[in-house]
Amino acid sequence: MKDERIMKIIGRYEADAGMLIPMMQDLQAENGYLPPEQLRVLSKKLKVPLSRIYHVATFYSSFRLAPKGQHEVTLCMGTVCYLKGAGKISEAICEEYSIEPGGTTSDRLFTLQAVNCVGACALAPVMIVDGKYFDGVSTESALKIISGLSLEPATGTAEVEAGG
Amino acid sequence: MPEKQKGVLLRKDSVKTTKLKVGLGACGIAAGANEVYNELVRYVSTKKIPVMVEKTGCIGMCHNEPLVEIESEKEGRILLGNITQKNIDTIIDEYMEKQTVNPKYIVAGSDYITEHDGFFKKQVRIVLDNCGRINPESIDEYIEMNGYKALHHAIKNMTPDDIIDEVKKSGLRGRGGAGFHTGSKWNFTKQAPGDEKYLICNADEGDPGAFMDRSTLEGDPHAIIEGMTIAAFAVGAKLGYIYVRAEYPLAVKRLEIALDQAREHGFLGSNILKTSFSFDIRIKEGAGAFVCGEETALLASLEGRRGLPRIRPPFPATSGLWDKPTNINNVETYANIPRIILNGSEWYSSHGTEHSKGTKVFALAGKINKGGLIEVPMGITLREIVYDIGGGIKSGKRFKAVQMGGPSGGCIPESLLDTVIDYDSVTRTGAIMGSGGMVVMDEDTCMVEVARFFLDFTQQESCGKCTFCRIGTKRMLEILERITRGEGVKNDIEHLEQLALGVKSGSLCGLGQTAPNPVLTTLKYFREEYEAHINERRCPGGQCKNLISYIIIPDNCVGCGVCLKNCPVNAISGEKKEPHIINQDICTKCGICMDSCKFDAVDIKR
Ligand SMILES: Cc1cc2nc3c(=O)[nH]c(=O)nc-3n(C[C@H](O)[C@H](O)[C@H](O)COP(=O)(O)O)c2cc1C
Ligand code: FES
Repeated sequence: MKDERIMKIIGRYEADAGMLIPMMQDLQAENGYLPPEQLRVLSKKLKVPLSRIYHVATFYSSFRLAPKGQHEVTLCMGTVCYLKGAGKISEAICEEYSIEPGGTTSDRLFTLQAVNCVGACALAPVMIVDGKYFDGVSTESALKIISGLSLEPATGTAEVEAGG
Repeated sequence: MPEKQKGVLLRKDSVKTTKLKVGLGACGIAAGANEVYNELVRYVSTKKIPVMVEKTGCIGMCHNEPLVEIESEKEGRILLGNITQKNIDTIIDEYMEKQTVNPKYIVAGSDYITEHDGFFKKQVRIVLDNCGRINPESIDEYIEMNGYKALHHAIKNMTPDDIIDEVKKSGLRGRGGAGFHTGSKWNFTKQAPGDEKYLICNADEGDPGAFMDRSTLEGDPHAIIEGMTIAAFAVGAKLGYIYVRAEYPLAVKRLEIALDQAREHGFLGSNILKTSFSFDIRIKEGAGAFVCGEETALLASLEGRRGLPRIRPPFPATSGLWDKPTNINNVETYANIPRIILNGSEWYSSHGTEHSKGTKVFALAGKINKGGLIEVPMGITLREIVYDIGGGIKSGKRFKAVQMGGPSGGCIPESLLDTVIDYDSVTRTGAIMGSGGMVVMDEDTCMVEVARFFLDFTQQESCGKCTFCRIGTKRMLEILERITRGEGVKNDIEHLEQLALGVKSGSLCGLGQTAPNPVLTTLKYFREEYEAHINERRCPGGQCKNLISYIIIPDNCVGCGVCLKNCPVNAISGEKKEPHIINQDICTKCGICMDSCKFDAVDIKR
């Protein structure tokens, strides 16, 4: 069953090993992460050593090898957001939920991602929750927004979804 | 253009009807412009108001987002700021009835003088000319603004050498950071032997405080496509790639739309404009690695590998993608091309200084009153940008520095505010022109912490291939972390300087070669801040947690109890209506009390 999907992705790029990265991006877009068993299929079909696939997967920060939480909390850590206190906000969230930046809470409620500049510096600090932007956040308001998350997927309203 | 051709259809309805344009660039959307747009569409259609609602790219005044522009033949253009889902209906009603708008929403307009006028006055818009004016998803609007005329002229009336000559004469230098002469670069690729050549647009925009390329991609994608196609004709490339940063989904979407439209109109694909010239463009999304902005790393990434840079030469112009001659330019570089071809090199080089021609787009942000996307002529001073365009420092604080060039750049102090913007003058300060990030810092910024921030960034992004960059940046970061923790030791500054020079000269690619710049410039201009941290255990910027304490000013405190309630560790005590106190032994210095106090009663003791 699952193999079928990865075969479709491989077919989309005519099994061209030069298109390895776009294939992995599609795989992640479908699953939310890169499932190891599918990477093995990818390796066999493309005749690319699995080590090279992992070489690529671990180099680029947008690839993840573990499933993420139900909600996506993205905190901009670009220069301007950082200058305006994003570092403190991140620390406070990590402390409150006992996670590390990039990590997922143990109940899989949310994954905290850091991203470098979402291109809205004039509104810094910026936090994006499931695609919805919150500008000018403070430690206080950020914690409040996150405390409103529950274990059912909420749908974002904004058009753009920034990934980390 | 004289003869009729596919695509050059002028829209008949030009400005006859009133248009409402909503700025849907990244900051607009972040500030809620999508909601404003949806509400406008809903309201206008239910009430059958005779106006056209349109999308446009970044208008540039990010500090007043969401922005809506009213454009009508009679009233000219009026730009409205701070529009929300809630206030837009009444504004439209008032405008339709009386042709007026409450002045508090007007930020600029053909017939208005506002406090915001300075923001636009000193700007010269060449690259951003269409940004925020046309609908980026409409090729007709681009064509209406003389779009694809330059391509037509270049292919039909010029030879590749004519084009290269024209670009050389314009004096255009690469806007990706290094400032290499674009015409000469094209010539190298053209002269390189081989029939198979590639053209690449570098849209990786890695500087973590910059969004110029993103705004151009989102606001005027056809200009980049046109520029690339002209370049391809000049160097002899048949296939091009746009390498876009992973975090720019909207840019990718708009580019895809624009590419399809260009192909349909015969501006791209086989036999462009019915000539024998064929060229097509593909989009490749990055996967999140700063170093992939470096051209040789970008090539490796395009080939499906880890983005590791390699030693140059050979330069991509002779051996690039799949070892074939490849021309790589930045987004803004390509966006300049159609304007240069259309208006001539003389017109272009009339802007700027002797060695830096034209304009430069900057993402102006930080502790400034009016941040946004700006385009200025080369030769303008930093002071003019910060004070005349940016409106000075927020909340009356003191200016401390302006950071240019992101992690590869440096901090320029107040004493050098009269530096003019051109490649050579900026480099002389120790910073670099960079791709256009410009972050303004005030007295509440710790320069050691800023250096630590950038080094943390480059250290994490170092690909690890060469030793100086991999280990050198790590050791430098350790020293900076120690200093900001308040544990700096005697020789730290000297060691930092030694390491910085080593990393600069010993690294393989631009990432390592420039990584020490933030440290070197802060050491040069703000050495006393380093010394205060190390010798006096004091942080003059009031940022380093271990060296500051939060205190309550009894005179300002009304005893409302908000901070007490919000403090996550219960470090605050006090009776209602009496000044409160923070227990320093418990306080974790999270700053929530300061954020939540409405009376400015919480201060930082430095
Ligand atoms: C670490 C590093 C990151 C870079 N990032 C970018 C980038 O994001 N965008 C860009 O256009 N150039 C970037 N460059 C510069 C490119 O290597 C290259 O010089 C540029 O794309 C050439 O285009 P230009 O001549 O039009 O400036 C980077 C260079 C280095 C060393
Ligand atoms: S630094 Fe956060 S949006 Fe640019």
